[in-house]
Amino acid sequence: MEYEAVIGLETHVQLKTRSKMWCGCANQFGAPPNTHVCPVCLGLPGVLPVANEEALRLTVLTGMLLHCDIPRYAKFDRKNYFYPDVAKNYQITQYDKPSTIGGYVDFEFNGGISRVRITRAHLEEDVAKNFHFERTSGVDFNRAGVPLMEVVSEPDITSADMAYEYLNALKDILVYGGVSDCDMEKGMVRCDVNVSVRPKGTTELGAKIEIKNMNSFSGVRKALEYEIPRQIEVVSRGGKLIQSTRRWDDVAGITEEMRTKEYAHDYRYFPEPDLMPFTPTDEWLADISRRVVELPLARKQRLMQDYQLPAPDAQTFVWDKPLGNYFEGIAKTAKNPKAIANWVINNLRAKLGESQTTLADLKFAPAAVAELVELIDSGKISGKIAQEVFSDMFSTGEAPGKIVERKGLAQVSDTGAIEALCDQAIAANPGPAADFRAGKAAALNFLKGQVMKLSKGKANPALAGEILERKLKA
Amino acid sequence: MLNQLTLTELVERLEDRQVSSCAVTQDCLDQIKRVDSELHAFLSCDSEDALAQAKAADQAMTAGVTHREKPLLGVPVAIKDIIAVRNQPMSCGSRILHDYLSPYDATVISRLRAAGAVVFGRLNMDEFAMGSSNENSAFGPVRNPWDTTRIPGGSSGGSAAAVVADECIASLGSDTGGSVRQPAALCGCVGLKPSYGRVSRYGLVAYASSLDQVGCCAKRVRDAAVLLEALSGMDPRDSTTVPQPVPHYTSALTGEIKGLRIGLPKEYMVGGLDAEVETAIKAAVKQFAKLGATVVDVSLPHTDYAIATYYIIATAEASANLARFDGIRYGLRVEGSDPAELYSRTRGDGFGVEVKRRIILGTYVLSSGYYDAYYLRAQKVRTLIRSDFLKAFEQVDAILTPTTPTPAFRIGEKTGDPLQMYLSDIFTISANLAGICGISLPCGFTRDPKLPIGLQLQGKPFAEETILRLAHAYEQSTTWHKERPRIGERK
Repeated sequence: MEYEAVIGLETHVQLKTRSKMWCGCANQFGAPPNTHVCPVCLGLPGVLPVANEEALRLTVLTGMLLHCDIPRYAKFDRKNYFYPDVAKNYQITQYDKPSTIGGYVDFEFNGGISRVRITRAHLEEDVAKNFHFERTSGVDFNRAGVPLMEVVSEPDITSADMAYEYLNALKDILVYGGVSDCDMEKGMVRCDVNVSVRPKGTTELGAKIEIKNMNSFSGVRKALEYEIPRQIEVVSRGGKLIQSTRRWDDVAGITEEMRTKEYAHDYRYFPEPDLMPFTPTDEWLADISRRVVELPLARKQRLMQDYQLPAPDAQTFVWDKPLGNYFEGIAKTAKNPKAIANWVINNLRAKLGESQTTLADLKFAPAAVAELVELIDSGKISGKIAQEVFSDMFSTGEAPGKIVERKGLAQVSDTGAIEALCDQAIAANPGPAADFRAGKAAALNFLKGQVMKLSKGKANPALAGEILERKLKA
Repeated sequence: MLNQLTLTELVERLEDRQVSSCAVTQDCLDQIKRVDSELHAFLSCDSEDALAQAKAADQAMTAGVTHREKPLLGVPVAIKDIIAVRNQPMSCGSRILHDYLSPYDATVISRLRAAGAVVFGRLNMDEFAMGSSNENSAFGPVRNPWDTTRIPGGSSGGSAAAVVADECIASLGSDTGGSVRQPAALCGCVGLKPSYGRVSRYGLVAYASSLDQVGCCAKRVRDAAVLLEALSGMDPRDSTTVPQPVPHYTSALTGEIKGLRIGLPKEYMVGGLDAEVETAIKAAVKQFAKLGATVVDVSLPHTDYAIATYYIIATAEASANLARFDGIRYGLRVEGSDPAELYSRTRGDGFGVEVKRRIILGTYVLSSGYYDAYYLRAQKVRTLIRSDFLKAFEQVDAILTPTTPTPAFRIGEKTGDPLQMYLSDIFTISANLAGICGISLPCGFTRDPKLPIGLQLQGKPFAEETILRLAHAYEQSTTWHKERPRIGERK
């Protein structure tokens, strides 16, 4: 029997706010332990939470980016459990009235477009981080109370690869919208997986198994690559899977059982009495909708269509949004956007990397790139000369036309001048000339190279070839 | 004996420079020394800090700061041990907080300081404000100043007793189901519970967040009005405060109550009401009529459900609110081999019986499978109770009831029967469920032993002016408030 996997993802994303969810402490990664803390995020006796409005806005913005409904009534709830990483021993989250419900993410997968439906994106608080030392443990509350959004997908994912692509697409959208920096290394994105298997073609869901502790998207993929065959094997041997939570061990590359359903927490959710229900107004929502940006996939498709870019170039401009914006700024009015894309991706990006500078540091105006491409396209300079011109304009900011003029780099298309150079080359290289006459066509390239050398690269290479051929055949 | 002055009298004298804040603060501290071993209203008192604040207040007055700018300048106000005061201990009447010092001031404390008050003392209370008799204090109960074999009421027993015994000029308490009004009635002072959202809860250790409100005990209605004005207003640190403007409450105290309508809820004249209390209340009703108020009957049909509703909602919220006391970061810690054992040992040793009872009850009513039957149902009934009151307030300006069904009972009398104990809050508990305001003030005494009787006036949300006006007019036309217990006189 053939089996298929049914996968749903719960993705936790730290929101890009200046301060924490309930207090004014900085939302900042990497500070010494317990330096961004106050009575509120330490959960000291007597404190109250006050909701960070920007976090609410970013959650609703996410809802808009993921095509969700934005209910006109949302509230916070307390999720009760005892653990040292949550100072109050309850986490404030949104249980049955989240800020957004019912959307989807479209993304490229397997050569087509796949869609994963989104159940909800809700807002909660991140918890502190526990550290275990030799004989003691410590808790760092810098992360406690950082705004955390949980994006819950429907179980629409069917493979480890699809899960991986979905996560990347989601991340791209959130980075695009300015919702989160999604820096995995700083723990800004964390993901729990729910996976079950069933005979292909059936609709009933198998026992749901949750996997925790993956700290990268490839970790998610690896965990699923391990877990799906494991479940299929159990089931196909006639075994029974039970609802449980498993932990991914990245080093060993296996999942291990943490707890089964009978030990599942009863979180005793109830409405958070310290916060008022949230009822967004038209005006408030309209303000947020002005922050909605073009989604990465839409951008890619548009760049391909509007500028005839090949997919990899368009994708480059999706991933590197500032570079893409820079490109569009030039390409909108240019005759040859494809060539501009080439220069921006292959030359400009490389130079920026080499010199460790950014677009903001550029000494030349964007129009200079268009001018350079024009110089090539009109035959004024060769592609090779253009490299030199670009190098100069990058370091000095001088306009390409001026550089060509000042350095006398304009391509020589004067037949007389080139003929003289051809005669010189043939005379100096009797061997290759004889070879060509004997029918060795490749010898022409050598001679052409000599002409280019004599002209210091300025000779029109096509013209040089023509003249050489004529002279040798004569 | 400057400590015997009312807040209003003290302010007049401070303004005239007849007395100093240092002198009155010293007199309060002396009185504590004299009577508190018997009364046990204070868990601790930082005399040095109090006198330093008093000195600063005196210097401010010398420098020309007036009581118009700082209405409580130099007035010693004592604080229930559940309200955070920076660098002062806070135990909430519990062992579990051990040697905890608050690193910050509650908003009400900041406001008192801004108004110039001398903020001092940690007043005894039922553990985490759970109780009606003060017998749930982990450090032993406060005693009633009128009869030290009796309870002072709770949970703000220390707040009421300290005011009545002249250990302070006024005090702050907290009222979740009657915890300010009930002890005020049983000790014989004024106790005010503002409407929910009127006063910030930031820094008030939460018992039941949707019911808790900071209140005050004072010797006179006018004193309570002055305090309320200082405490009230929107607080950016408490999302449940309301941006309603704060009236000049003392301006409402005109003595004129003609035309105001007072409702008597027929459901409140129930069995179990002490005969002397009933007589005193009836006399008070007559007095109000004599002063020109119109007295009518009203109905609050869901009254019978108030106690059950309260004990579901309050305990549910408490079960989460008290979860933070776990031995990990502050307070008592009893070590264990893993976090779970550390938690259960710490909480097992640290919490008292009543607190445990309520945590377990609250945990139960929120449990999966029971939530709808208990918590959700209780929230619906709460809405009905609130609408009972709002409907009644369409007909009347205030609702008059006894504050408590009986006068102060003996220590130990009801400790064996929690339900009987819960019933002592029967008249006060609804106000918290409805979010309305209430005030208790003296309206008589039992004959033998002589124990205070309190009457309660409840008003619409944010209609504190109305109940203060009525209470003040009644107070000024009677002499009950002038009676003093004899505590400390023998010595």
